[in-house]
Amino acid sequence: MAQAVALASSGPGGLIANVANMLADPYFYEALTNTLLLAAMIIPLQVALALGFALLINTKFPGYNILLYILVLPLTISDVAAGLIWYSMLSPYGFLNKFLIDLRILKRPIYFFGYQFKRMEYLAIVITEVWRATAIVFVIILAGLQMISKEYLEAAEVFGAGSLQRLKHITLPLLKPSLQAALIIRTLFAFQVFGQVWILAGRDVPVLAGEAYYQQVEIKNYGRAALYSLIIAVLSMAVGWFYIRFLKSTYIEGG
Amino acid sequence: MLNPNGRELLKRIALYTSVTIAACWILAPIIISLLYGFASPEDYYDKYKVIPLHFTFKHVYELLFVLDSFRAVLNSLAVALGTIALSFLLGLPAGYALAKFVFPGKDTLKLLIVVTRMFPIMVIAVPLTVLYIRIGLSDTLIGLVLAHTAMSLPFVVLITSSIFAGIPTDYEEAAMVFGLSRVSSFLRITLPLALPGLAATAMFTFIISWNEVFIASVLMLVNRTLPAHILTMVTYGCPDYYKFAAISIMVLPAMSFVLIARKYLISMWGITIR
Repeated sequence: MAQAVALASSGPGGLIANVANMLADPYFYEALTNTLLLAAMIIPLQVALALGFALLINTKFPGYNILLYILVLPLTISDVAAGLIWYSMLSPYGFLNKFLIDLRILKRPIYFFGYQFKRMEYLAIVITEVWRATAIVFVIILAGLQMISKEYLEAAEVFGAGSLQRLKHITLPLLKPSLQAALIIRTLFAFQVFGQVWILAGRDVPVLAGEAYYQQVEIKNYGRAALYSLIIAVLSMAVGWFYIRFLKSTYIEGG
Repeated sequence: MLNPNGRELLKRIALYTSVTIAACWILAPIIISLLYGFASPEDYYDKYKVIPLHFTFKHVYELLFVLDSFRAVLNSLAVALGTIALSFLLGLPAGYALAKFVFPGKDTLKLLIVVTRMFPIMVIAVPLTVLYIRIGLSDTLIGLVLAHTAMSLPFVVLITSSIFAGIPTDYEEAAMVFGLSRVSSFLRITLPLALPGLAATAMFTFIISWNEVFIASVLMLVNRTLPAHILTMVTYGCPDYYKFAAISIMVLPAMSFVLIARKYLISMWGITIR
């Protein structure tokens, strides 16, 4: 960390000149807003989807084990591989385009990739990230769900609460600690999003980690790269601080 | 109005529809991309062939041996195995101590480990390059093993400590009563009991290292690991079928883990993620 600060202040003019240079780079603002925007789009979707999956598994229908293994499968898939997998689905000759053309729903393929289709690249990144990383949220929420005592739910049922009411007044409030933990963990990882973005969009959709990589490996501007990584660190620490501050009790109980 | 039976049936239909959708959402992309990885280019570029019918191993072969991915696979394997060895060497005693002994500052230490885990690893990666150039570790597998160990060590400590905590201390004490030393009672009683869990931990560490791309591509420029190699390849442009062929090489080893270590899977991710 100290090394990163030292590195960030290297070069003529020191830290201030480096920061000023970075602030003058339009890619910096784009990277910052893209990172935050992607997090803001992806995380609510993931939480909603993971909650649905977890509730589904928690009904313990016959054969739920199989679905459980399927749902955690993406945990073993790296971000680069996930990017490639969705590239094979969405590319002009990919599965979805060919499938929809075959069904005569589309006349020509929808283009997801390329600088002029930046919006679609965004969409592709969101889909990929929701597909890959929902599993993490799902595992946390499922663990939380299984800690909820059945007695509360049964008591509510005795008093005539419907399944929606039980979800709203009992399950969700009791799930709050796991939900918060899931949210914050996901936020931390969202700041580091790199592999799938680089695979799917390259530098068309700059993100903080992508810029750090670009400056380091392609430009060899170590000072700038260090600055970008420091920004990620500061953002993460801010979120981590919230974590310690508001959730300390939950994970001391748990761990 | 539906009678109770009809309603029950509807409920079941709704349940199994959503189960099928959920399963397809995860499985379909994996299966299709694996199929495309082995499809012949003619099938892939034929827009009327949604599911390829002709398969070839040519692209995987060329990717491995002509485009030099085989060396990247070997690098990845070496780094992952090195990471397992080093992080177990350092993490196992720590996990054991956290599980079996009470000492002042234990909770603080645990908290500290959790915090380290949340710290973004990229911050370390960038200054490490410069440091490694200075001490002569730049672009070496050892350097990457060190970085990956830094990343996976907190996981290993937390998981192993929970595994050791699950094994009653009484066994070890009984063994010591019967004349075994502390070390040999650990080696002959606790270790065999912990072995399956430790094996799963090793596989978990393997996945962390095998999948990691940012540090690997920042630290290694010549001896690239597999994800870093693929990333560079895709960045500089390559035909689509090589990209698809890369998927199977990257995904299959890690995915087999789910099948082998089913039993430990959920609890393990529960621990590391909480």
